[in-house]
Amino acid sequence: MASNKDIFKTGLWDNNAGLVQLLGLCPLLAVTGTVINGIGLGIATLVTLVISCGIVSAVRNILRNEIRIPVFVLIIASVVTVIELIMNAWFHELFRILGIFIPLIVTNCAIIGRAESFASKNPVLPSLLDAFAMGLGFLFVLMALGGLRELLGSGTLLANAELMFGAGAASWELSLGDNYQGFLLAILPPGAFFGLGLLLIIKNLIDAKLEQRTNTADLATAVTQ
Amino acid sequence: MRQVLYALIPGTLLMSWIFGWGVLTNLILATIFCLGFEILAIKLRQRSVKIALSDYSAVVTAWLLAISLPPMMPWWMLLIGCCFAIIVAKHFYGGIGNNPFNPAMVGYVVLLIAYPLQMTQWLAPSHMVEALPSLANTLGVVFAGADLTIDAVSMATPLDTLKTELGLSKTLGEIRSTALFGTLAGAGWEWIAGLYALGGLYLVYLKIIPWQTPVALIAGMGVMASVFTLAMPDHFAPPTFHIITTGCILGAFFIATDPVSGCSSTKGRVIFAAGVGAIAYIIRGWGGYPDGIAFGVLLMNMAAPLIDHYTVPKAYGQSS
Repeated sequence: MASNKDIFKTGLWDNNAGLVQLLGLCPLLAVTGTVINGIGLGIATLVTLVISCGIVSAVRNILRNEIRIPVFVLIIASVVTVIELIMNAWFHELFRILGIFIPLIVTNCAIIGRAESFASKNPVLPSLLDAFAMGLGFLFVLMALGGLRELLGSGTLLANAELMFGAGAASWELSLGDNYQGFLLAILPPGAFFGLGLLLIIKNLIDAKLEQRTNTADLATAVTQ
Repeated sequence: MRQVLYALIPGTLLMSWIFGWGVLTNLILATIFCLGFEILAIKLRQRSVKIALSDYSAVVTAWLLAISLPPMMPWWMLLIGCCFAIIVAKHFYGGIGNNPFNPAMVGYVVLLIAYPLQMTQWLAPSHMVEALPSLANTLGVVFAGADLTIDAVSMATPLDTLKTELGLSKTLGEIRSTALFGTLAGAGWEWIAGLYALGGLYLVYLKIIPWQTPVALIAGMGVMASVFTLAMPDHFAPPTFHIITTGCILGAFFIATDPVSGCSSTKGRVIFAAGVGAIAYIIRGWGGYPDGIAFGVLLMNMAAPLIDHYTVPKAYGQSS
């Protein structure tokens, strides 16, 4: 049984849904034109992931193995429907911007992947924790990619924050100034691929550095012994 | 590769005669940036800089990119274009010999997609303005971000104008009666295209490039243009107009002939180049961008491995 800390580390970094498993690329690439879009979809995915993994884990012992996948999909679809209605009611503008990608959370393979590989095999509490960590990891990738693309593409950060955080957040927007001529490519689909590629490079670089450090540390202890 | 550079000289000289200093600033800056990125990438990959630079491929990329771009590009746009051409399109894939896409065209397309407004604004050719922008003005636009429209008359290319005006349901005759158009194609442009074609023929003569590629590309575009011209002569420019453009000629002789990102068998090259010509014609006619050669080359680059797969030449003695 993995410890809580391990579950968290796996979800956030070692087995990150966006950067390592490369799951859920469709929303990851499609809606990350701005930070706020990324956060909006990230939170919706996070909530879906936590609730559906909790339910899946709770019913895992009464499910027949043959029909487990359809049942998972039904559970996820119900949760997504609820979230879609909630967003439509309270975050209507954001809901309209994200459009089809909210119902499409159902098909996000990161969610069914977690339900199948973790929640259906573990008790409720670890499943909730795992779902939360995975969702958070995915949210961070969406935010990072959204930030990168928004900054390069339109020269702003946190534009339209009021859609998410209320009218007070309208002043959060940072801008590179009017002289910045947006790098349109970053907002278009190719920019999403380039951006994701860059994030992958950065993650692999950090991992390589970390590994190198532990290796030299191991070597040092081995020598002193 | 040096012969390719020699072959580009006459066309480029005439181009700077017609469009002014902007062509040369493009050329010089692009060369500096491309060489800089090439050295940087080679250093990072821990290879020999001397070997990498001695094939002149980075200079050819820079040159092709520079003459495809509108004159007087701001320096930072050239920097972005060269970065994508050399770093992303070439060295991310393993350097020369391994790049699936033509580096110069990747740089061009990245700029076209990212800055469509600036990329469709050409300077007016010399016969349509009182004076070309002076060297000082040019440097001001390139380095200090001075507004182009104040100092120089900018306008769309003949191809772009043709598309816009046809969209406004003018007839071909009306459009081509303006000073922007010459007897065969764009005024001035047709001579530039001619000189590039001359350079290309020199390369064919030296057997540096195979003759099949340019012929197939021009035929691909010519056949498409002929079909539509014969069907609706008022709405589609004749094949001569489409072929005698710098885009088509440069594409036929200098870009589609790239030995790395194209096909390797003769039959494959013909399919590749004809495809470029046909796709470019379709984009010129119905696409959102002024010219389609760059997109045609990139799309056919994607198809090149498949074409190669189906056109493997028979080895001597192999049964059919």
